[in-house]
Amino acid sequence: MARIVLAEHLTKKFGNLVAVDNIDFYVNQGECFGFLGPNGAGKTTTMKMIYCALPKTSGKLEVVGLDVDSHPREIKETIGVAPQENNLDPDFSVYQNLIVYSRYFNIPREEAEERVNKLLDFIQLQDKRDVVIEKLSSGMKRRLILARALLNEPKILILDEPTTGLDPQARHLIWEKLRQLKREGVTIILTTHYMEEAAQLCDRLVIMDYGRFLVEGKPYELVEKFIGKGVLEVTGDGEIVSYLHENYAKLEFEVVGDKIYIFVDEPEVLLAGLSKKFRVEQTIVRSATLEDVFLKLTGRGLRE
Amino acid sequence: MKGKIWSLFMIPRLSGRVWKVWSRDKDVFMKTYKSNFIPPFLEPVLYLVALGFGLGFYIQRIEGISYAAFIAPALISISIMYSAFFECAYGSYVRMYYQKTFDAIIATPVSLEEVIAGEMLWGATRSMINASIILVVISIFGLASFPLSLVIVPFAFFGGLLFATIAMCCTAVVPSIDSFNYPIFLLITPMFLFSGTFFPISILPKPIQLIAIVFLPLTHVVNITRGLTLGTLNMTMVMSLAWIAIVCIVLFVLSTNLMKKRLVS
Repeated sequence: MARIVLAEHLTKKFGNLVAVDNIDFYVNQGECFGFLGPNGAGKTTTMKMIYCALPKTSGKLEVVGLDVDSHPREIKETIGVAPQENNLDPDFSVYQNLIVYSRYFNIPREEAEERVNKLLDFIQLQDKRDVVIEKLSSGMKRRLILARALLNEPKILILDEPTTGLDPQARHLIWEKLRQLKREGVTIILTTHYMEEAAQLCDRLVIMDYGRFLVEGKPYELVEKFIGKGVLEVTGDGEIVSYLHENYAKLEFEVVGDKIYIFVDEPEVLLAGLSKKFRVEQTIVRSATLEDVFLKLTGRGLRE
Repeated sequence: MKGKIWSLFMIPRLSGRVWKVWSRDKDVFMKTYKSNFIPPFLEPVLYLVALGFGLGFYIQRIEGISYAAFIAPALISISIMYSAFFECAYGSYVRMYYQKTFDAIIATPVSLEEVIAGEMLWGATRSMINASIILVVISIFGLASFPLSLVIVPFAFFGGLLFATIAMCCTAVVPSIDSFNYPIFLLITPMFLFSGTFFPISILPKPIQLIAIVFLPLTHVVNITRGLTLGTLNMTMVMSLAWIAIVCIVLFVLSTNLMKKRLVS
């Protein structure tokens, strides 16, 4: 498979702050690759270097086989970007936003009108075409930004937190559209805080913190490797904790406030055992998720 | 350190895509053209009536011409200054900082230098539009000589570009939108008053005259527009043109590099 993005020893410094610290990664053509991490981990900075909005400090970064420093224009021709912040043009309507944006790619007017109409159908905003941006809901704005990113029929779609702040309906609609694009062969690179989103969409992902990669892999493999199959959440006191220490020396668990997260392949069996000894309340038996991996690796401390 | 200063004068590489940025601003302007065309039409009328014919009633002829004819080209020049300056100060700042329009555009094949250049060309265009409107007004009052006054239309673009570059340098360095009060108070308002606009600079003390000629861009713009509306050409106009060209080129290059420094570092 062709490597559509290739980074080696990629570093970005802002003064003394090292935002991206010597990372190596590649993205294969047609795959969906995710960057996960807490705020300030360096995800957005990495994205911006890929779409040539920020120059790298050192290292190598190639997109569609071209160097980002010497060929930004050619690279940007082949990329569609849906940034984190809403930067739709508030001076224009939905339709005009797309038409004006198509001009930056030198798309001929007739061709642009055709593509805009198709995209408005695709994101289901045809009936809002003459509405000004401020009258749109946040879900509609995100969909419009997605449409705008698709105007140049990109080989690579870069999505920086595509569904942050959206209601479940809007999120699922965006996910459906992204899966459809992926089936059509578009390479997708995304950042997200939503572990469910990453698990749903990404073929491979990295978890990033303080400018570095903590792990890289397929979502289910990471869950399996770092957490196991299941999780038992129990609300309880120190007695349960000391009991666990004494009787299950190899068991991995984490105590957060009055909640104990126990990572175990057969949570039901453990729960049955605990219920005999203690009065356990508010128990949850569930499968391990990417969120467990994320919290385990990046910790529970707040970042902002 | 030497390398740092030099980096502020690197010649930007521009392509025809600057006009795509220009078109974006033009399209926004045309959406609200009614409110955009009326003020530049009415303002010079008010000034001409109040100052030219009101105050001018008590003023003897200046350099052989009526006071109204003396200030008419100044009104054009002031409009050239204000249009481009405000467009590339407040207008560009809002697009850059609040609307994130620049961020959206540089994710396309358009480069940041082209965005900045396009913004300044649009600022210059606003000057040309407004100067043309005022030219119509003052010719209705019979205060412009033709055909020479028609040269004001292309010249307004050129003069406007000068003020656009000054504004863009400010936009690149101001910490917040309120900070534009400083260049307005320290540069724009003194120019409004002391650039040979409402009285000839020849009546000022010699050192101040010199300052006006060396440092105040509006002095040169007024000098040229006045020659054109009066229909009398002279050598100082060529000097003024050269002054504008040199400063314009230097600040054009400087502003694109300052903006680059602000937005991508």
